[in-house]
Amino acid sequence: MNFKFALAGATILAASVFSAASASAMTVGFSQIGSESGWRAAETTLTKQQAEKRGIDLKFADAQQKQENQIKALRSFIAQGVDAILVAPVVATGWDEVLQEAKDAKIPVVLLDRTIDAPKDLYLTAVTSDLVHEGNVAGKWLVDTVAGKPCNVVELQGTTGSSPAIDRKKGFEEALAGKDNLKIVRSQTGDFTRTKGKEVMESFLKAEDGGKNICAVYAHNDDMAVGAIQAIKEAGLKPGTDILVVSIDAVPDIFQAMAAGEANATVELTPNMAGPAFDALDAFIKDGKEPPKWIQTESKLYTQADDPMKVYEEKKGLGY
Amino acid sequence: MNPRYLPLTATVAIFLIAYAVCIAQYPNMLSTRVIGNLLTDNAFLGIAAVGMTFVILSGGIDLSIGAVIAFTGVFLAVLLQSTAIHPLAAFALALIITTAFGAMMGAIIHHLEMPPFIVTLAGMFLARGMAFVLSIDSIPIKHPFYTSLKSFYYVLPGGGRLTLIGGLMLVVFLVGILIAHRTRFGADVYALGGGTATARLMGVPIGRTTVMIYALSGFLAGLSGIVFSLYTSAGYSLATVGVELDAIAAVVIGGTLLTGGSGFVAGTLIGILIQGLIQTYITFDGSLSSWWTKILIGLLLFAFILLQKALILLSDRRRRHA
Repeated sequence: MNFKFALAGATILAASVFSAASASAMTVGFSQIGSESGWRAAETTLTKQQAEKRGIDLKFADAQQKQENQIKALRSFIAQGVDAILVAPVVATGWDEVLQEAKDAKIPVVLLDRTIDAPKDLYLTAVTSDLVHEGNVAGKWLVDTVAGKPCNVVELQGTTGSSPAIDRKKGFEEALAGKDNLKIVRSQTGDFTRTKGKEVMESFLKAEDGGKNICAVYAHNDDMAVGAIQAIKEAGLKPGTDILVVSIDAVPDIFQAMAAGEANATVELTPNMAGPAFDALDAFIKDGKEPPKWIQTESKLYTQADDPMKVYEEKKGLGY
Repeated sequence: MNPRYLPLTATVAIFLIAYAVCIAQYPNMLSTRVIGNLLTDNAFLGIAAVGMTFVILSGGIDLSIGAVIAFTGVFLAVLLQSTAIHPLAAFALALIITTAFGAMMGAIIHHLEMPPFIVTLAGMFLARGMAFVLSIDSIPIKHPFYTSLKSFYYVLPGGGRLTLIGGLMLVVFLVGILIAHRTRFGADVYALGGGTATARLMGVPIGRTTVMIYALSGFLAGLSGIVFSLYTSAGYSLATVGVELDAIAAVVIGGTLLTGGSGFVAGTLIGILIQGLIQTYITFDGSLSSWWTKILIGLLLFAFILLQKALILLSDRRRRHA
């Protein structure tokens, strides 16, 4: 019994010494939506890595897709007196009150990868990618690659009505505007999934003379592109050569396809939203420098020339 | 000590010990902010759990409350967005609908002699479906009345806030305790939980009591929905999925017998606070997976079910010896 008490005492002592030692470092609370997709898991991993690299004490709370859990976590962070809060909001509404509490407690809040429906003075900044820009980068790559030759493009859209589907379509069309040699001949939803991507691509190939009339496929995400590659192979054509494949997201699997020469390009939706957020927080807390209300992450283009196998090795451990 | 009080005593002891452990590790947890948060953040769950306590005390179950909360939120949001109706009138309308909904389920359970599990499961699908029919989007509520209701809080010494909804939960618990222990209806609920046959012999109006129990649960789920819409200032059809299970867990951890007939409304409050405390601790720690909340609640539930079983065996033996 005595031993147990001594042990407990030592633990508490050690804990208090430890917390005293780390008290000088910045403490940041991070409320994550959950781990519903590979991309989000990678975002969580990278946020933890970035925090560790900068010596930030990160308090992580997984909301299991529930807004009430996120609000609770934010309130706990405020009660705990963290230096800053990162939140990836699960829905756009209902944040005013808790953000006001954070503001009253002088704790800056940074939104990650999604924006919310609240007055802009309630948060410090939002770090998100520009979905229209992503589509634009993919479109520009295709315009440059075909270099004036006539090209019929088929498009695999994301889930109907979702903002990535709408914006990635818009950006791609903007890039193709005025280029008469490029035509989007067919466009249908593949629901962001591999199986639907394959099914829809099969019907495109059948409709376009076995694929002879198709010169490129643009998929709103990599998963649909992987499905489309499968369909093209089964139709007896060479993906990446007979039909160009360009998509968005940059998940590890597409790099394997690029290494095999079956995919041509992907635009990265970076899971490293926390890096720019920590930079902005650092500048704000140390020097009082107010960041812009929106920090756009880089939408980097990867092609077969970028050593896809190396990128694959880097990405596969992130939890995608 | 009367063994009837044993589960409640265990619950209170667990809460106090757990809180002491939390404070030993994170002294910040002994602040009015954390206490205020526990009340505010769990207000909607607590109010719904009072209704659930009555249902379980009577030997029933109500799986519809999470869906009814979401429905109420979406209903209010749609109503306030598309009409000029005052929120108070909208509240009254929502409460009438949810109370009638509960009463209807109670009537089906009694008159068709259907198990409450199936009837309220159907109610759950129905209410969730209705919420989706009203809107699939998350609709913000921007009515000035909401803003003024939310700015209405009492600042505790130390910076914590006793909000309107946190206070409302405490009032609901107080009223619930009074109803359970000081009214004829309360006595009928306990009698019903002891067994329908004995209750009938005691002259309990079975049908009326059953309908009233589920109507009360529906009313409190509606009230909880109003609180939740105040909490998030929005209506969202995907909100509060699985809240009925959290409420059942709180009731059981609070010392109420799942088979009915024995338990206390006050215990449910402690059950709610224990769940909130575990969540707060995990956020304070910041490195544990949030799923530990579920694991710990699961273990606690197991412990309480075993405790209940032991108590039943014990009282059986005593009866045999008597």
